[in-house]
Amino acid sequence: MTVDTDPAEKFAGYAHPERLVSGDWLEAHLGEPGLVVVESDEDVLLYETGHIPGAVKIDWHTDLNDPVERDYIDGAGFAALLGGKGISRDDTVVIYGDKNNWWAAYALWVFTLFGHDDVRLLDGGRDKWIAEGRPITTDRPAPTPAEYPVVERDDSRIRAYKDDVLAHLGHPLIDVRSPEEYSGERTTAPAYPEEGALRAGHIPSAANVPWGRAAAEDGTFKPVGELDAIYRGEAGLADGEPVIAYCRIGERSSHTWFVLTHLLGFENVRNYDGSWTEWGSTVRVPIVRGVERGEVPARR
Amino acid sequence: MTDTTLPASLASIRDDFLALEQRDRLEMLLEFSNELPALPERYAEHPDLFEQVVECQSPVFIFVEVTDGVVHLFATAPKEAPTTRGFASILVQGIDGLGVDEVLAIPDDFPNTIGLTEAVSPLRIRGMTAMLGRTKRQIRERLAA
Repeated sequence: MTVDTDPAEKFAGYAHPERLVSGDWLEAHLGEPGLVVVESDEDVLLYETGHIPGAVKIDWHTDLNDPVERDYIDGAGFAALLGGKGISRDDTVVIYGDKNNWWAAYALWVFTLFGHDDVRLLDGGRDKWIAEGRPITTDRPAPTPAEYPVVERDDSRIRAYKDDVLAHLGHPLIDVRSPEEYSGERTTAPAYPEEGALRAGHIPSAANVPWGRAAAEDGTFKPVGELDAIYRGEAGLADGEPVIAYCRIGERSSHTWFVLTHLLGFENVRNYDGSWTEWGSTVRVPIVRGVERGEVPARR
Repeated sequence: MTDTTLPASLASIRDDFLALEQRDRLEMLLEFSNELPALPERYAEHPDLFEQVVECQSPVFIFVEVTDGVVHLFATAPKEAPTTRGFASILVQGIDGLGVDEVLAIPDDFPNTIGLTEAVSPLRIRGMTAMLGRTKRQIRERLAA
């Protein structure tokens, strides 16, 4: 059973307004049958310092990732995780988190790999909820375990592997990292541990649109007109064309994937979760340094 | 310099973590986080002295003071980043007051040995490794100055 959508006027302009809820809506619907609230943060301890009453915690690193291989958990793992959190297949799940919902969007994207139908974000995330003085508790909920079916993950529609990106070259790519990461500047000095990539720069032809540009000051998503100006305008994305977004490990690009897919209505957007930590360490893939996008290279 | 031994203070923190179940380890990390000492007044007004640990995704800053061969470590991190605060607090509480040689002898992989890689994830632990690395580098700089 799913729960009503939020009729807030702000969401009406988005392609899929049902993917967002406001603080007002969530506070009014807390505890309603069929609604589960999930907190997903960059900081693994933040939930313990206080969360929305009844919210369960799902951590991207420790829950959604396979502990051995660099991959997400499988259908059985996802079923066990969600069932244990008291989530049923037809529940409405509202995810929220720190940092403008950065990791919450990542969790939402992983839920989508498993085809969980009704999964939404709390606009503005954790910080806005707290800033508005809404209820927070440190009480840990004890959800009644639910039967969640084992559904095989479908990577084909919204996830891109490295080879998919190579085959995609010539179509739009969005690099959502900071300008410094995009251009390949680095501060390398003794005893300054490096991030896990051997080369710096970006995938040729990728446009640099740092993920945070989709968020307003208060952490909510910008209105559709502003998002349109950034992605269709500046970055030149055209409807109907396939798009791949990437960042360092696929976390920030999940946020952009959400914006492009659910707010702007692009229909063929994939997140390259291998992202720079894979591309920047791969042998014989093309890389461009500097602020220019660079040309699409000839196939080797 | 190749001799690495763990000071008793840090060994005891490690043993306390290892004695706990995974979930309780997070609780203890949260306690550390809440215990991160406030900056002494002489530094509170001098953010310029502090070095950002850019490997941490949250803004955390450290500053090392060496007085007569004794190390004092100061750190600051926002309340919204309790994990990073917890890492900083473990190092501050474990290192503050040790001798220079003792700190330089701390194994660089100490953060990986305290039983948090599973509860917190290896990727996040790297922030603590970076903090330790930068602490040692600052000590060497102070000694060279």
